[in-house]
Amino acid sequence: MGEKLLMKGNEVIAEAALRAGCRHYFGYPITPQTEIAHYMAKRMPQVNGTFVQAESEVAAINMVYGAASAGVRVLTSSSSPGISLKQEGLSYMAGAELPAVVVNIVRCGPGLGGILPAQCDYFQTVKGGGHGDYKIYTLAPCSVQELYELTVDAFNISDRYRIVTMIMGDGILGQMMEAVEFRDEHEEKVIPYDKDWATTGTQMKRDKNVVTSIYINPEVLEKHNQKLQAKYATIAQEETRVEVFNCEEADIIVTAFGTVARIVKNVIKLAEKEGIKVGLIRPITLWPFPDAAFRQYSETAKAFLSVEMNAGQMVEDVRLAVNGKRPVYFYGRMGGMVPAQSEILNKIKEILAK
Amino acid sequence: MAVAFKKPHALADASMHYCPGCTHGIVHRLIAEAIDELGIEGKTIGISPVGCTYNNYEYFNCDMVQAAHGRAPAVGTGVKRANPDNVVFTYQGDGDLAAIGTAEIIHAAARGENITTIFVNNAIYGMTGGQMAPTTLLDQVTTTSPYGRKPDINGFPINVCNMISTLEGAVFIERVSMHDIKNIMNAKKAIKRAFEVQMAKKGFSIVEVLSSCPTNWGMSPVEALKWINDKMVPIYPLGNFKGKDLEV
Amino acid sequence: MGIQQDIIIAGFGGQGILSAGRLLAYAGMLENKNVSWLPSYGPEMRGGTANCNVIISEEPVGSPILNSATTLVVMNGPSLDKFEGVVEKGGIIIIDSSLVDRKVKRSDVEACEIPATMMASDMGNLTYANIIMLGKLIAKTAIIDKSNFEKALIKVLPPKKHYMIPEEMKALELGMSY
Repeated sequence: MGEKLLMKGNEVIAEAALRAGCRHYFGYPITPQTEIAHYMAKRMPQVNGTFVQAESEVAAINMVYGAASAGVRVLTSSSSPGISLKQEGLSYMAGAELPAVVVNIVRCGPGLGGILPAQCDYFQTVKGGGHGDYKIYTLAPCSVQELYELTVDAFNISDRYRIVTMIMGDGILGQMMEAVEFRDEHEEKVIPYDKDWATTGTQMKRDKNVVTSIYINPEVLEKHNQKLQAKYATIAQEETRVEVFNCEEADIIVTAFGTVARIVKNVIKLAEKEGIKVGLIRPITLWPFPDAAFRQYSETAKAFLSVEMNAGQMVEDVRLAVNGKRPVYFYGRMGGMVPAQSEILNKIKEILAK
Repeated sequence: MAVAFKKPHALADASMHYCPGCTHGIVHRLIAEAIDELGIEGKTIGISPVGCTYNNYEYFNCDMVQAAHGRAPAVGTGVKRANPDNVVFTYQGDGDLAAIGTAEIIHAAARGENITTIFVNNAIYGMTGGQMAPTTLLDQVTTTSPYGRKPDINGFPINVCNMISTLEGAVFIERVSMHDIKNIMNAKKAIKRAFEVQMAKKGFSIVEVLSSCPTNWGMSPVEALKWINDKMVPIYPLGNFKGKDLEV
Repeated sequence: MGIQQDIIIAGFGGQGILSAGRLLAYAGMLENKNVSWLPSYGPEMRGGTANCNVIISEEPVGSPILNSATTLVVMNGPSLDKFEGVVEKGGIIIIDSSLVDRKVKRSDVEACEIPATMMASDMGNLTYANIIMLGKLIAKTAIIDKSNFEKALIKVLPPKKHYMIPEEMKALELGMSY
């Protein structure tokens, strides 16, 4: 175990990427995630790495595309409006099966919106965002420690499956300081992958490698799509992550991810004092969505409540997973407003009184 | 029997899909010859654009990356920064480079990104069916300027070499043409020199190649070559803009 | 102290509001407590006010966002106006009385006035005012041990500023004994 440090979430993401062997960062400044760029700008030259402040998020994601093609571990980070601009690149990377890690410290939209915390990019991230049938492996940490661990994991999963992984947080996670322990045993899990497909130059010793997402022949393109879908199915099978807390005896199960899940944990304590048994299902992967946990507890819990910082996005996946077996309710705040414990508890009481 | 003419090694043994009279194929060959002569095929990475040459990754034997429309200089930046000893070139048309990808090319040049851009200017969008390009000449008829390009409606052609010349990071800039043998030979020299500039780590290099599009210009191949000389060259003068005497 | 202390520190930008919170959180962490520090990062930052939420707890920290506080530390008038109402009944409000020209209106909280900025000025360095305020906070709540505050200073301050630590500790003690 290492020493406990008090660090900002954004800085921990950057440090975790470095510890995962990432030596290439391309990005464009946008609040509330710019500390990642600051950290990388300072550290990359010290470790012989690359930091480029791109002219736009569009350019940044395409630099990521290039660096990923060349076989290196690469990171970019942004916040909602910037992630919208990156959608083109993300779709191309999905098509070309390029691994990279993208951080979205979500702010509230639509449009320029505001810079306060939100979860309104859930749909954009897990339902596509860009054009075409593709998936982004999306991790939703809820603490600074988890930002570290999941960022390291994101690089490994990205390389293992040749898929873009996204760390999806919000301004609170990015801006807050908490204790973090960089554990050596965790970093031992950094797995070097042999990227024999990368465009590093033939050295006149092998046939050329081509990185592309274009397949003009429809039969070939359908096969390519089938291959992608099969890969996504494997990932859903192998890499779905969820935290199930206090669900065994729960009357009602609240589901929330990221920052909101922390608030719900406090609510569970408050409810307990009033004799109400509340459980929490916290999806750690937003895609793949942990359907199985919902299916399992829809046998015992009376109802589900999805609490989100948006108008109701993840709740659709909860409904699909619960599949009509139990009622699924929603409570959300928007615009940078964070749901208070008392609001959530009131909603729980209101549901249980029905 | 002595071999008088052969395909460069860096050029793949594939038949190209370009229209009759199109000069993209010649540009490809010149790039491949330069790669051969410099002995850099094993460390060269080409970036294919979106446009008529979207799949020119099939025509080179070096490693190739296909990029989104206009983004080749950004993709090239990523490839080059990952492995700085590689030789990286982007191959881009006028729509790709001078319309949708204007930001990417300008900033790659401004950063002095150590890559080479081969910019093929035929004053029209070829692949999508002859629409107006940023480099379309005034009064030139295209499918989206059916009455000819008018300055009050469509603005003016962009002179890419002049524009990039103002940027400190761009160290080698030359405009060449495909319209006759002499100019093709000059183009070859410029392309090779651009690669040498990159290998000497001097900064960003770009060669603009005036090229023909008989299909969308509605001309015979011979008429098209004449049109380059008569119409394009006066607007896009040939020659070196920067880096002629650069030591490499 | 209770199981969890929820502290809001608020004032103008430049008063060391955020760094005071960070030092407090760091010291709490050095005592093996669970801590979180959350700055205001909204547009209000540009308006010149700053505040942070610090939680120091025996248990894992749930939400880092404070809807209410056990202790409020304020170093300007607008912050008292904004946060007076969020202090829990029986909580503590510590006011820099050299900068806040009104009294705490509530009677169900304990108000402590300390002219921290004036005291810092007497020390010859206004930047110690935040540390003097923390001294008062520590004296009132025993939230952390003084020795751990010194350790936190060593961790948080860059080495080239370590020469300031004796003065910082002097400021802390001034606040504690006021």
